[in-house]
Amino acid sequence: MSTIPVEKKVLSENQRIAASLRSRYEEQQILCQNRISSPGSGKTTLLEQTLSRFRHEERVAVLTGDLQTENDAKRLARYGFPVQQITTGGVCHLDGRMIERALERWSSDAIDLRDIDLLFIENVGNLVCPSSYDLGEEAKIVLLSVTEGEDKPLKYPSIFAKSELVVFTKIDLLPYVPFDLAQARVNARLVHPGVEIVELSCTTGEGMDEWSSWLSHRREAAMLRASAAMV
Amino acid sequence: MHEIGIANAIIEAGQTEAARRPGSKLLRIGVRVGTLSGVDNDALRFAFTALTQGTDLDTVDFEIQTCLRRNRCLDCNLEFESGIYSEPCPGCASQRTKLVGGEELDLAYVEVEEP
Repeated sequence: MSTIPVEKKVLSENQRIAASLRSRYEEQQILCQNRISSPGSGKTTLLEQTLSRFRHEERVAVLTGDLQTENDAKRLARYGFPVQQITTGGVCHLDGRMIERALERWSSDAIDLRDIDLLFIENVGNLVCPSSYDLGEEAKIVLLSVTEGEDKPLKYPSIFAKSELVVFTKIDLLPYVPFDLAQARVNARLVHPGVEIVELSCTTGEGMDEWSSWLSHRREAAMLRASAAMV
Repeated sequence: MHEIGIANAIIEAGQTEAARRPGSKLLRIGVRVGTLSGVDNDALRFAFTALTQGTDLDTVDFEIQTCLRRNRCLDCNLEFESGIYSEPCPGCASQRTKLVGGEELDLAYVEVEEP
């Protein structure tokens, strides 16, 4: 009998694909962000609001994941940017292979990645499984709506620990729900010390400027890194 | 519930490793799962059993080692383990810490019987 040390990631195949996606994004200077939340916390609405604020010459594209239906892609396509629905058929998360295939479909539809600066991936609505799958993104963003409960970060620590930004959505509903915003901030930072937090409402527009400026800073930082890498 | 897919990846990787020693029989697979990996140990074990039952792998043992959250203090650099949530540094009481471990999902080893 002998024990053979292996020491590799269980999801090493996904890691390999994610690494290749990441180097592709870096090479073509695409900022890719992976947005994760439970179903109904406002991922698509925030994307709609974000896209509606962009000028038409902005080079943005969206991949949106769901188990079934093209509904989200239809909603998002109205803003005139390339949008592709990934229907997983029951799988509870997106993985690297699905993203790779979606990018291939784009290139056969003559959508050139070199014409894109910003790629938003809207993951399947689920706070658990998407956290295990790297999609080559520059940052994961987790959304939590105030109708859910301020203990979500404590219940689903993995995704809050891995996200660069926590967005509390639907804050216009705060007067009507027992959500304790201060406690929610504490909980998020108990899981992820120092994590950045944006609080917003897509209905009233409150907080949208903070979200936009977070995104702009992220894009600037990525550009600085890219130009430093070229020197 | 993505543990079925993960258990399947573990079984395939275990078989691949065993196949490097021709004629050997896979006895045990050991994995390391961090408390922040997003994978539930019971669900993973259930999935492993469900996938191997009634196959030629149903005698294979499955060992899960749990890895705790590890934090590094950004003020004094001390590394320390904690529960699932961050805790103040036990050395200098600073709250400024960075997560440095606890997200593992690794195939650690396989044990085989050689011919």
